[in-house]
Amino acid sequence: MKLPTRMKGSGPDRHPGESSPGTGGSRLPPQLTQAWNTIPEPFRGWLLPLGFVALAFLYPQYQESLPGAFPGVGTAVIMIVFTMMAVGLNIVVGYAGLLDLGYVAFYATGAYTAGWFASLQFEQVSFHLGSVGISQDAVGIHLSVWLILLIAGSLTALAGILIGLPTLRLRGDYLAIVTLGFGEIIPQVVRNGDNIFGFDLTHGTFGISPIDSPGFGETGAAIGLPESFQQSFEREQWFYWTAVALLLFTLFCSIRLRDSRLGRAWIAIREDETAAAAMGIPLMRTKTWAYAIGAFFGGVAGAYYATFKSGAFPSDFFFNISIFLLCMVILGGMGSVWGVVLGGLILSYLDQEGLAKLGNSFSEVIGKQIDVPKYNFGVYGLIIVLMMLFRPTGLIPERRRKKELAEGVHDETFYDEAA
Amino acid sequence: MPRSVVSTLGAIFALLVVVWTIGNLLRDPSEFFNVFLIGLTNGAVYGLIALGYTLVYGILQLINFAHGDVFALGGLVGSTLLLSVFDLTSDDSALVLALGIGAILLLCMAFTSTLNAGIELVAYRRLRRAPRLAALITAVGMSFILQNVGLIGWGVEYSSVPRLVPNSIAFSLGDVDFQWNKLVVLSITIPVLVLLTWLVRSTKQGKGMRATSQDPEAAAMMGVNVNRTISFTFVLAGGLAGAAGVLYLLNFTTIRYDQGFQLGLIAFTAAVLGGIGNMTGALVGALTIGLIEAFNEGLTWYTPGSDWTRSIVFGILIAILVFRPEGLLGERSPEGA
Repeated sequence: MKLPTRMKGSGPDRHPGESSPGTGGSRLPPQLTQAWNTIPEPFRGWLLPLGFVALAFLYPQYQESLPGAFPGVGTAVIMIVFTMMAVGLNIVVGYAGLLDLGYVAFYATGAYTAGWFASLQFEQVSFHLGSVGISQDAVGIHLSVWLILLIAGSLTALAGILIGLPTLRLRGDYLAIVTLGFGEIIPQVVRNGDNIFGFDLTHGTFGISPIDSPGFGETGAAIGLPESFQQSFEREQWFYWTAVALLLFTLFCSIRLRDSRLGRAWIAIREDETAAAAMGIPLMRTKTWAYAIGAFFGGVAGAYYATFKSGAFPSDFFFNISIFLLCMVILGGMGSVWGVVLGGLILSYLDQEGLAKLGNSFSEVIGKQIDVPKYNFGVYGLIIVLMMLFRPTGLIPERRRKKELAEGVHDETFYDEAA
Repeated sequence: MPRSVVSTLGAIFALLVVVWTIGNLLRDPSEFFNVFLIGLTNGAVYGLIALGYTLVYGILQLINFAHGDVFALGGLVGSTLLLSVFDLTSDDSALVLALGIGAILLLCMAFTSTLNAGIELVAYRRLRRAPRLAALITAVGMSFILQNVGLIGWGVEYSSVPRLVPNSIAFSLGDVDFQWNKLVVLSITIPVLVLLTWLVRSTKQGKGMRATSQDPEAAAMMGVNVNRTISFTFVLAGGLAGAAGVLYLLNFTTIRYDQGFQLGLIAFTAAVLGGIGNMTGALVGALTIGLIEAFNEGLTWYTPGSDWTRSIVFGILIAILVFRPEGLLGERSPEGA
């Protein structure tokens, strides 16, 4: 058994992408250096991330003046939602090293939670709590969407724990298969769930629609915020801004978790389960937390997506989504938060608009119409294989993971043979 | 959960299944046996695929996700050969049909063998020293690539062939009808399995396979060419998948690019059910899964129905992995073959 190799300069509180920029400012013009120095020391490290955040938040303002290849605001919402799921999956796959091939189950759970608590689905009851943009005597449960995001996350985390408890003691590849099994079962349950002993739980193949919109209600409307996003004139903008805020929250949690005691335990388990257990890390509890927290973000993202689309449909949840998300994590770099954000944005852009646009220009070049988006999953498969073969660390490698792959401190190697 | 509770629950569940099976049997015996025969035929096809999973797992400890898609490509190539190259129709004489099908079977097996060995050479061999999950993820990616090869080559529509082997009744025992297509599937599967067993048990190459799966380093020291043995295993697994593809095509007359993935998962479940790495187990598991599926879709007394088939199959997979990961036959190495 190998013990984890000691790694230089990779203590728990140092990670790439967090070192403060601009310290080597000697090559910049003197005015800039001077301006840089007027910024108080503690804020300097925040400048670059804040710049990105500002650019992201202002995107709807300048999107129209950008060239056509840039995604529209509505597409950007979807991109961010999927990126959020990828960041959630990264907690499971990247941090804890547990291959989850059924993440779509969490996405579905989140979406249907939104469907249950904010639509006309349960017409037997009529319950309203902070719902916006809907008549007060409408039947069904109508909670405030903000509350639902939290409920969806919690329910999904609970689902993650329920799935995780019996399965997490299995070895890596068996775990992958079990999660795949759940990823196949849950969509089928959803599709057949319109008659569970006579009770309509999921409205079968039609899905649950419409789902209420998020919004700030009458109090918000009084200070100029939209009462309901769906009915607002700037519908896409508001959904976009909220999505960015949710993604930022996910990123914040993800980074803080990584550097926490729990996060270090995940990484220890990823590197060598036996050694981690010997050091007193409770394996089951730590893994279950990874599952639950990864699931939480999947659930929130799923619920938010459902309110954006105003519906939860069983046709949205199929196995390929799990692979699509996994592909984002692998492309970006397993365990690397910024890498996964990059990978997520790239792939979801390709999925939503990019492949179609690429396909069109490609077809123009060769003079023959090729329907590239039809082969999207072939492209993702190719990306997965090529990345695993030639750059297993991803686009933005996490330093620690890179060492692991180079030195092989991960669990037993796939095949130990002097070839 | 404590072990005793688990086994009690398992026993209760098994009892319920037995009661349900007997209940259906008593209610309508002829329906039961006809459905049983369907299950046996499907199980035989699953068995051929499941053996491919088990062989590769036995030697590399890799779940070769792409295996199901190799099967589908085999079937698709078979449909092209049948339609365009051999141009067989159901009006041809029995001898022409038999020879034609035999030739298609061999050609398809050759194709899938080459394909499977090629995949190993290109994708998996480079990852021998990488973490396990890297190879697993690559296999998933490979599966998607193969699916899209099928999509590009044969399109989204089902490729259908004329029904060469009639589904008319060959003979009946009591109320149970034996149809030609089922008989043909069984009569091809059984010799293939006998041949495979002989290969693994009695040939030098088979011995090399078993040695490699036990301990590759020791095998290498004893003069086994490990790389060649692994390639051979993939060739064998690919051949089985090709045979399964052609049989599936003959039995159901249609195949589509994405069917391999579903069937592959079912076959994998079968392999796990029997005890992955164990060849006999893979067959037992495949027949069990085939029967469960057929019972669920064909029987009528308190049966969930075809909407739930996949959930049931994967439910079994999960239950087996959680409660008895070594499978029904309880052996983790392929020596039991």
